[in-house]
Amino acid sequence: MNQQTSSTLVIERVFPHSQQKLWRALTESKLLAEWLLSNDFESAVGREFQFRAQPVPNWSGLIDCKVLVVEPMQRLSYTWSSMGLETVVNWTLTPAEGGTHLRMEQSGFASDQDRAYKGAKYGWQNFLNALEQVLAKLD
Amino acid sequence: MTQVQANFVFRALADPTRRAIFEELTRHGERTVHALTGYAGVSQPAVSKHLTILKRARLVRHRREGRETHYCAQPDALAPMVKWLDEYGAFWRERFDRLESLLQRMES
Repeated sequence: MNQQTSSTLVIERVFPHSQQKLWRALTESKLLAEWLLSNDFESAVGREFQFRAQPVPNWSGLIDCKVLVVEPMQRLSYTWSSMGLETVVNWTLTPAEGGTHLRMEQSGFASDQDRAYKGAKYGWQNFLNALEQVLAKLD
Repeated sequence: MTQVQANFVFRALADPTRRAIFEELTRHGERTVHALTGYAGVSQPAVSKHLTILKRARLVRHRREGRETHYCAQPDALAPMVKWLDEYGAFWRERFDRLESLLQRMES
């Protein structure tokens, strides 16, 4: 098994384009709508917005979001909640040979839901590492 | 999407104490509420409440024996979460392709 053994979904790609151009595609509402979903995004920390996907039976298609981090050209992060499922989407842009490396990380849970419990011992990542073998048996 | 079942699983595992309990059960097999209380370091009513939520998500199963209730993990219940991650993986990869073609169309 690969990425699915982790609750954090990671998609990475190097685009032969500048960081600035990628940043625009990630943060300008109109451009964002062209490749992701229609939205009322604004790149300001605390801004609440929605992505609107095609509704399907039992799902309105609405994704409620709140901007958590805006570090121009480098990092963008927002919550991504739909049907009570709270996730966080993290974008990281780094210069790469011939372009920009884009990393999308969607975590199953907001880290602030992780209240202290026996220190960091039972952090989500540790938990999943421990479960790796269990999950491998699922197939 | 298997959102509803995935929701129960995600919510059940969103809490670190419940994750610890579930992890303990996957590691050591069957455990009594009493033993789990000692392990989790919270009160027995709190442990019972956590177990109820884990049960609703079908992550644990119980059986009674005399005065004691024994719990064990049902790791198969993680399947909806795995499926959810798979579906979102496909979603994002497709979106990355669209982003790539948008970038080509944009002026630098």
